[in-house]
Amino acid sequence: MSQPLGVANEDAIKLTGAERKAVRQRSFRLLAALALPQKKMFALTVLLVLVSNAARVALPLLIAFAIDSTLPAVREGNWAALGLTGGAYILCAVTAGVMLSWYINAAARISQAMLLDLRLRVFRHTQRLSLEFHESYTSGRIISRQTSDLETLRELLDQGVSELASSCVFIVFTLASIFMLDWQSGIIVCFAAIPVTGLFYWYQSRSEVLYRESRVVSAKVISTFVETMTGIRAVKAFRREKANDQNYADLAEQYRANNVKSFNLFGILQPGLVLLGNLTVAGLLAFGGFRILDGTMQVGVMVALLLASKRIFQPMDEIAMFYSSLQSATAALEKVSGLLEEEPTVKEPPAPRSIEQVRGELAFKDAVFGYGDGPVIMDRFDLSIPAGQTVAVVGQTGAGKSTLAKLIARFYDLRSGSLTLDGVAIKDLSNEQLRRHVVMVTQEAFLFSGSVAENIALGRPGASLQEIQDAAKAVGAHQFILDLPDGYDTDVNKRGGRVSAGQRQLISFARAFLADPAVLILDEATSSLDIPSERAVQHGLQTLLGNRTALIIAHRLSTVQIADRVLVVHGGKIVEDGSPQQLIADGGRFAALHKAWQDSLV
Amino acid sequence: MARRKNAGNQEAIPLSTTLKRLKPFVAPVLPRLIGGFFCALGAGIVALAIPQVLAKLVNEVLHYNGASGEVWFAVSIIAALGFLEALLIFLRRQFVLKPAAGVETDMRIHFYQHLQRLPVSFHERWGSGQLLSRSMSDLSLLRRWLAFGAMMLIVDTVTVITGLTLMFFHSWILGLLFLLGSIPIAIKAYHFRNDFRAASRLSQDQAGDLATAVEESVHGIRVIKAFGRGRDMYEGFNAQAKSLQETELSKARTLASFLLTVVAVPEVILGIGLVIGIAQVAAGTLSVGSLVAFFAIAAVIAIPVEAMGMLLGMTLSTKTALDRHFEVMDAVNDITSPDSPATPGEFTGAVELEHVRFSYPDEAGRARPILADINLEIRPGETMALVGITGSGKSTLLNLVPRLHDATAGTVKVHGMDVRDWDLEKLRTEIAVAFEDTTLFSTTIRENVLMGAPAGLDEQQREALLAEALDVAQAQFAYSLADGVETLIGEEGLSLSGGQRQRIALARAIAAQPRVLVLDDPLSALDVRTEEAVTQRLRAVLEGTTTLVVAHRPSTVMLADRVALLRDGRIDAVGSHAHLLSTNEHYRYVIASLDDDEQESQIPSEVNR
Ligand SMILES: Nc1ncnc2c1ncn2[C@@H]1O[C@H](COP(=O)(O)OP(=O)(O)OP(=O)(O)O)[C@@H](O)[C@H]1O
Ligand SMILES: Nc1ncnc2c1ncn2[C@@H]1O[C@H](COP(=O)(O)OP(=O)(O)OP(=O)(O)O)[C@@H](O)[C@H]1O
Ligand SMILES: [Mg+2]
Ligand SMILES: [Mg+2]
Repeated sequence: MSQPLGVANEDAIKLTGAERKAVRQRSFRLLAALALPQKKMFALTVLLVLVSNAARVALPLLIAFAIDSTLPAVREGNWAALGLTGGAYILCAVTAGVMLSWYINAAARISQAMLLDLRLRVFRHTQRLSLEFHESYTSGRIISRQTSDLETLRELLDQGVSELASSCVFIVFTLASIFMLDWQSGIIVCFAAIPVTGLFYWYQSRSEVLYRESRVVSAKVISTFVETMTGIRAVKAFRREKANDQNYADLAEQYRANNVKSFNLFGILQPGLVLLGNLTVAGLLAFGGFRILDGTMQVGVMVALLLASKRIFQPMDEIAMFYSSLQSATAALEKVSGLLEEEPTVKEPPAPRSIEQVRGELAFKDAVFGYGDGPVIMDRFDLSIPAGQTVAVVGQTGAGKSTLAKLIARFYDLRSGSLTLDGVAIKDLSNEQLRRHVVMVTQEAFLFSGSVAENIALGRPGASLQEIQDAAKAVGAHQFILDLPDGYDTDVNKRGGRVSAGQRQLISFARAFLADPAVLILDEATSSLDIPSERAVQHGLQTLLGNRTALIIAHRLSTVQIADRVLVVHGGKIVEDGSPQQLIADGGRFAALHKAWQDSLV
Repeated sequence: MARRKNAGNQEAIPLSTTLKRLKPFVAPVLPRLIGGFFCALGAGIVALAIPQVLAKLVNEVLHYNGASGEVWFAVSIIAALGFLEALLIFLRRQFVLKPAAGVETDMRIHFYQHLQRLPVSFHERWGSGQLLSRSMSDLSLLRRWLAFGAMMLIVDTVTVITGLTLMFFHSWILGLLFLLGSIPIAIKAYHFRNDFRAASRLSQDQAGDLATAVEESVHGIRVIKAFGRGRDMYEGFNAQAKSLQETELSKARTLASFLLTVVAVPEVILGIGLVIGIAQVAAGTLSVGSLVAFFAIAAVIAIPVEAMGMLLGMTLSTKTALDRHFEVMDAVNDITSPDSPATPGEFTGAVELEHVRFSYPDEAGRARPILADINLEIRPGETMALVGITGSGKSTLLNLVPRLHDATAGTVKVHGMDVRDWDLEKLRTEIAVAFEDTTLFSTTIRENVLMGAPAGLDEQQREALLAEALDVAQAQFAYSLADGVETLIGEEGLSLSGGQRQRIALARAIAAQPRVLVLDDPLSALDVRTEEAVTQRLRAVLEGTTTLVVAHRPSTVMLADRVALLRDGRIDAVGSHAHLLSTNEHYRYVIASLDDDEQESQIPSEVNR
């Protein structure tokens, strides 16, 4: 097979033959993979439906029996027959009810198990995917995959796969009875299958495109919605409300129009099937009518035939509904399976190596890096950081400092060259090992909704409250946390909106403190802090750093004072490298930066 | 880690109250819905009639040696009825689906519009996933119910009542018996209603929270990866997803046990009825014909009775979905334009805060509000720096100026007029903000920068504005990106470096060409050099623009004509940098990086506070 398509053509509605085939196949494969573990439950539900239906079919038969046989018996004084018939009736009634409720439970179990399975698969997979992927595939899309796409699968399952099976059984039995009554009429009914199939085929080819479009449009509606809500401050401050209203209304309208189109399409399929059914009955009536005229058919047989052939089309409605849900779910799973097909660009090694005792020595060799297939950002550099060294990285904005840091944290892989930790390529370390030993505090201090304590504990799940508090104390965050309404249990709200920017940074910092890694990377971790807090953090840092390797990126050169070594990055290259004193003495970029910084101080 | 919040007050809102609120949306399409209802009823009747007509035709019209015209007559009657049935089904859908989809979309758009206008304080509390589920799945549930559920519920009810009446007509004893059987069903239905409603509400809320969890897991992906916490996130999500699954299953159990009652009880009663009926026939008090007719009707109404169980479930889900929807629609927007907005006499550019007091809702009643008594006057065209320690309330104060929050007491004036007297949009046109966390959108750089640009500029002017804004913010790097200013910057601009993002956000504020500029620590992610360059250019641009800028560093303070020091919810001092430095100890503490003795040697210290 060729390269998987992934999410590449996600927004395409008209697909080429080959693309269509690929996405349909992966969609069905996913559906099959989800359904397969449930096969026993499926078998059970089909059985339950059949038994329940059989019990229900028995009820009218019992009534007929009661009138035809029990009544004469009772008239002769045989009251036991009446009791027996009544008992059988009640037994069947209870069986039908019990089986039905059992079936509903079992069907829900299948449906929920499949949904959970898919939900977790998608979640796990999106977490596995690299940042590169997330940078272009917005959260709105992922949410849309996880919500509205999953919803279509749910609709399909709620439509009742087992009921479908029982409908089919019903059709087969009814058809058999028609054949038994009159084989010629049976053949006529079979001929009706041709236009029915044609109608389904027509529906499938039209609806496929519509449902695909529906997924694309709904993802847009959702993404727009999510992005507005996430950026609501900017929306308000820059008065985007009206423009957004328009844009969203257009999208919602597009979504509606698409929905109406697919309703209309189904609105032809459904009455179309009814019409075909009725015409078949009319056809049979004509065929049989003439045979009654010439006496080759009995009136009684004729009535039975006609009623049976009318009944045979009744489950068609359910089948059509199921078919339509299947189309819709397939279109949704096309998208979901595309997402699942994406491979992380930063891969977990197949046979990870481990380091006994991590010292924290880092070495880049002939390293080249660029984001995605964009321009090269870091061109061919060598860098070696001995274990335990504190390195400050400075340079202009956009120079590549964060890039360097993110490489060490293996957010991205090098294009060529190597990066090793204690002589082992970090590509060969298991994700778990790497993350335990290398921790990065990113430039964006992100907090999750949940309590302050939970957020700090992210650094080391399972840490005791005491440890959490110690970490907070070490970075000077303890006092402000105590001042919050519920102290450490205060909910920081979505994205940490409950606390100030500086407080967010302090909490992120405490998190890293708690993680206690061998290699610590701080990317502008104090940029939003006031000077006293920054000083407190630095004080904490000095004790924290001890003998671990640290990479500190800072525009405020105050941090540099605690560094053993300074790297100046410029235009993706390390242009200066040495101890702070030495670089100041050399009079290069760093010296200039340092002077500018000193002048800015008071 | 995401928590269930906004679980909604579970106090029961009556169904009728909820449905009444649909009126404005449904009223215009009501005729169509009624038309659809009659089509559904008609289609049902035709469907029932066809077998009767068939039997009649075959038995009475066709016979041995008859004329072929009779056959064609029968065939055409059946074909005509067949067409009619299909047509009625077609019409029902035509009547109903379009308006139902229309109602859904209208409500969805209204919901979005309402949300956009709700204050920031609302959005701080609500996760976007939770809101999303209310706008998408809840409303599509409504659509389905309108187009199908509500209608079928009525059709089925009519069928069942008609059937029951007919049953009484044939045998009052059996009819009464049957009616008795509905007592356990009614009791069960009552419990079902309560249980199912609670479960349905819970599952909808949980689904919303799950969406919020997905959103957080994606937005926080960097932190998760940096700490290798993918597994913990997965486990958290797993637990949440499982509890949703559990709720769904318990919902199914509730429905299943209700349906058990609905299906089994009437049939058991019929079983008893059969025994009594046969006995009566045997005793000669009932005719066989009536007995047969009675059971024929019972068979017909068994289907709608069962369907009503399902439809009731659907109705309840729709009801809770609507409650969720209206819960948000009912959230009051306390930051709105006044009914008759005033216009300031003169657009001076002055910004004043008078005895402003502010506390966040969850801090209400605390002894010391975040902003206790703020008095600050920023003169027209002046640049004022706001300095204070982390968490002192600088950003909070800034938010009061464009009315992202409202002061709890006191007044904020822009151009000498209370912000609450302004038309909100006009007010915000006067003010541009650069937030401390740069909120960029995943479009092009051009779109981001020109977001707040004055309306009515032609292409060339916009281009010039863009160029100037980028130039002032020292964001010329934008031109050297792969697609220049058309480069897509990824979600929240995360494919830019920190400093690049901040400069784009600054450019956006500048491009809005406001009379009042509010900058929250706008240079924090810039290196000293770039900062210097930005500062220089900004100083020139800020000439004539009233500016309030939060500063943590002396270098940012350099932008300002005067500095205000925020401390303990009050403006502690206002003055020039040098003045404050020499007179205010707290100011020195906040802004000075040099140790005291170093300072001593630089500035003559005169601590007199
Ligand atoms: N995810 C990304 N995708 C594509 N390009 C990127 C991405 N992140 C950064 N870049 C580009 O790489 C270059 C270096 O960015 P980097 O974030 O390393 O700068 P930096 O030195 O950390 O700057 P700052 O001080 O502003 O944070 C910039 O030109 C930036 O536009
Ligand atoms: N949405 C909120 N709800 C409740 N309290 C809040 C909220 N936002 C901030 N706070 C609290 O209000 C105080 C002031 O926050 P604010 O963001 O104004 O501080 P700041 O001066 O801007 O600090 P920084 O320099 O860190 O940005 C903080 O103690 C914070 O915990
Ligand atoms: Mg950076
Ligand atoms: Mg702030």
